[in-house]
Amino acid sequence: MRYLTARKRAEGKGASGTGTEHHWYMTMSAVGLAFIVPVFLFVFGSTIGAPQEAVIATFSRPFPAILTALVTVVGMRHFAKGAQMMIEDYAQGSARKAGIIVAYSISYAVTAVVLYALAKLTLIGFFLGIMAH
Amino acid sequence: MADVKRVERPLSPHLQIYRPQLTSLTSILTRITGNALIVGVILAAWWLLAAATSPEYFEVANAVVTSWFGKLVFFGSIWAVWYHYLAGLRHLYFDAGKGLEIATAEKLGLACIIGSVVLTIVTVILV
Repeated sequence: MRYLTARKRAEGKGASGTGTEHHWYMTMSAVGLAFIVPVFLFVFGSTIGAPQEAVIATFSRPFPAILTALVTVVGMRHFAKGAQMMIEDYAQGSARKAGIIVAYSISYAVTAVVLYALAKLTLIGFFLGIMAH
Repeated sequence: MADVKRVERPLSPHLQIYRPQLTSLTSILTRITGNALIVGVILAAWWLLAAATSPEYFEVANAVVTSWFGKLVFFGSIWAVWYHYLAGLRHLYFDAGKGLEIATAEKLGLACIIGSVVLTIVTVILV
């Protein structure tokens, strides 16, 4: 048993029960994304619409692959928590819970799809490289 | 216990009552652009998955992505990402307790709108 007064247990947690954790995560991810998103826009924008060989060649290189993975993982966490904020503002009860679950599911699904695609593109690029030699 | 008398309390101004202003418009646009970006993200993720799957599947995804629909989604996403980007920076500045005077906040809002349009044009030209 911990000898905490009721006040001490509640302090800093606020109405959310988690204090400023959510807001702080949005701040941190925003700063991180501010550095990588412009570079990602350039890499991704230059590749979209290109033939498949060019797409494989781009995303099997370390920099575009790691950058895309980073933007996806951090961006999708940022999205999930941002969407949660919107849902909590406009929906109550079960609709709120369902909405948050849907938003989180979409963000995790997109993350999984992109990471799978990147891993596979890297492998394809690797084997194409071996066959070229 | 004595009856509790209901008091007619003043209602704080909310969306339906408040006159739309530059500051409120630029604030809600941050939320709209941030959440709408998921459409472009899903399309991009699907295209990437197709590229990793087969030439036939890639052909389908590439046709969608380069169609007028795909171009519209990505063009909109470029503007949305830049708007959300600048508005996010503005929020970080607000969080530091700065720029909250009405005149400054309105200037920053205008900067977000103009800046996002300029950056969209620059991105489309460069990419």
